[in-house]
Amino acid sequence: MKKKTADKYILEMENVSKTFPGVQALNKINFNLKKGEVHSLVGENGAGKSTLLKILAGAYKKDTGVITLEGKEVTITDPKQALDLGISVIYQEFNLIPNLSIAENIFMGRAPRKNSAFIDFTKLYKESELFLKKIGMKKNAKTLVSELSVAEQQMVEIAKSLSFSAKIIVMDEPTSALTESEKETLFKIIRELKEKEVSIIFISHIIEEVLEISDRITVLRDGNYVDTVNSKDTNPRKIVQMMVGRELKDFYPKEEAKRGKVVLEVKNLTKKSKYENISFQLHEGEVLGFAGLVGAGRAEVMRGIFGIEAPDSGEIHIKGNKVKVHSLFETIKMKMGFVPEDRRAEGLILSRSVKDNINITKLPHINFHGFVKQKDEERIANEYCKSLRIRTPDTKQIVQNLSGGNQQKIAIAKWLAIGPRILILDDPTRGIDVGAKKEIYSLINNLAKEKIGIILISSELPEIINISDRILVMREGRITGEFLRKDANQEKIMRLAALRN
Amino acid sequence: MDFKDILKSTEFGIFVAFLALCAILSFATPNFLSIYNISTVMKQVSFIAIMSVGMTMVILTAGIDLSVGAVLGLVNVLAALFINKFGLAPGIGAALLCGAFLGFANGITIVKWDLPPFIVTLGMMYIARGLAMVITKGWPITGLPASFCCLAEGRLIGIPIPVIIMIIIYILGYLFLSRTIWGRYIYASGGNEKATWLSGVNVNKIKILVYTITGFLSGLAGIMLASRLSQGSPITGTGYELSVIGAVVIGGTDLMGGKGSVLGSLIGALIMGVLDNGLVLLGVSAFWQQVILGVVIIVAVAGGSMRRKLFMKGEK
Repeated sequence: MKKKTADKYILEMENVSKTFPGVQALNKINFNLKKGEVHSLVGENGAGKSTLLKILAGAYKKDTGVITLEGKEVTITDPKQALDLGISVIYQEFNLIPNLSIAENIFMGRAPRKNSAFIDFTKLYKESELFLKKIGMKKNAKTLVSELSVAEQQMVEIAKSLSFSAKIIVMDEPTSALTESEKETLFKIIRELKEKEVSIIFISHIIEEVLEISDRITVLRDGNYVDTVNSKDTNPRKIVQMMVGRELKDFYPKEEAKRGKVVLEVKNLTKKSKYENISFQLHEGEVLGFAGLVGAGRAEVMRGIFGIEAPDSGEIHIKGNKVKVHSLFETIKMKMGFVPEDRRAEGLILSRSVKDNINITKLPHINFHGFVKQKDEERIANEYCKSLRIRTPDTKQIVQNLSGGNQQKIAIAKWLAIGPRILILDDPTRGIDVGAKKEIYSLINNLAKEKIGIILISSELPEIINISDRILVMREGRITGEFLRKDANQEKIMRLAALRN
Repeated sequence: MDFKDILKSTEFGIFVAFLALCAILSFATPNFLSIYNISTVMKQVSFIAIMSVGMTMVILTAGIDLSVGAVLGLVNVLAALFINKFGLAPGIGAALLCGAFLGFANGITIVKWDLPPFIVTLGMMYIARGLAMVITKGWPITGLPASFCCLAEGRLIGIPIPVIIMIIIYILGYLFLSRTIWGRYIYASGGNEKATWLSGVNVNKIKILVYTITGFLSGLAGIMLASRLSQGSPITGTGYELSVIGAVVIGGTDLMGGKGSVLGSLIGALIMGVLDNGLVLLGVSAFWQQVILGVVIIVAVAGGSMRRKLFMKGEK
């Protein structure tokens, strides 16, 4: 590539680094953006895309590195300043207020006034219509945002960005909630914006659309800069290779467990606009991995099976018995356990003790006419603290004070207490340190040896590949592939997870 | 629980405050420490304190019950009505059931329609108070048998019967919350409702249970007041909901749920009662008494949260 010159790039980010406690989120990232260019950022979950864009938006502060905007070095300290500099970010979750009109949302907090106190509605609507026309949106500016479709709300966000006279618009996964035709409309708008010399940073998991819309693509992996390539000179395979090509250390202590009878059979499980026709079997002693990108519907399927959000149709059989009521009270009775992804919000009662948390599933079995057998309670808690090596001063300790890894072990321990036949683990190693991760992997091995059927969801491909006996890949609510451990590699999985064939 | 845990507990902090209050009052007024005065205070406190047991459970689940005063009033009227009609024991039994039912109605509405407890119990407050007025047309029901009226005025081994009932309710409440699985579930669902539900606990049943218990105890207090005043009056217990919530909050129970105990609420109720009594003895006007009570509620809660922060710092 040619040497860069200051006037050629509207934005340059050089050697930008960011560290969170215990994690190097970004390590010397380089990223630049030309005027009127669409530049995509791709990478696996956790590669650092969101961190980078949050630094640009002023939501995070970079630790080191230089950001140059139109040839001048800038320090972005808060979101307001980013907007003033002409950088506008459209997040996946829109920042719109549903019960206000399109116009009020576009000019939120800066509506034209008359007599200094009252909003000048005539002017407000007139100016809003102007911006709506610019992006070809044929809605009345008085329409309430709550009456708009997701795609239309996104267009309002774009209009809002333009109203700030944004020179750079960042779109974080803008297509994830759009239908095919809505996506085409969005791409049309993006192309028009390009012609108006607006630069766009585009983030998406779907490689094909990245190739379709962008001029250049920058790949990040584990917080590191991999490369920047021209869309014309590359293909989906090459991109996927760059996304996953990382070295594997001897980190996964996988041991084969004997595969037994079928413990769980799922037939044609469907929930509208979440997942469709999900069918699979899980055996005793098997670790069944579910690979896929965020939003592929893996967690939703598991929540459907466990009975949190009942599916619309389909059948679930546990040990040959059909689950009649889709309720978690029922599935727990049938010895199924579920460790949710967000352990702080759903997995644990942080303000209660280690003992209380471990025993919460066990209380129906350790009481005498309702009175808790406190000795059993203490014994069970101690047992699991010992066998899972939960590091806590004593069982009275409040769970909030423990580390993430120890908290996760408690979230698992409470299910082990019921003697589960099936255990669903939704991203069990998320946000815990490397040592604790390894311990969780060994624990999964041991549980499989005890003939428990285990379903493992994980966003980390190496983890899924190395811990699972069998891997199912999901994309957009469907199962798109199945691999045995020996046949699986990151590239094959990523292709099925990210590419629309 | 070792000695250090006791020193650190919220209840201990409030208890020290209570002792200090008593010490000041016994120096300031000669009559405060007399047996007669103490027994009067205890008797007055008992009604609020009994309801506070239920309110503690409700607040532990991160709920609130604004209807306790009105439920007390309605059951107070119903008790008088039933006793006059069906006799002593059946009348008391039926009135207690009515109290429990009103609480159950609160719980089931909150759970089934997924409404904020504040709204549902506010509605119930008006409904119960209104029904009491409808039934009595605004007039007290009198003519209660003497055998009923001596219940609240009687004594057992020198202790007023309302105080004995209060002590029994507190022992039961304490055992229920600290020793039974339902107690564990109450604390758990207040700490994190979603995680508790995802652990297979029927959180809805727990919520219905705590509102039912609160309704039952409000009814019990209503019957005791009917006995004490030998009448059923539709305005009985007006404003009690605030005293009850005040007692629970002074007692250190967290309005966000999950933290607190009945022991704290008992001390909270005692602080309110003693303060009330002490200020009367000191000759402070009734208007100023309210001002002081308001200040005490705020200071007590602020003190509690400061203590917690202090101890947290000490640990890490």
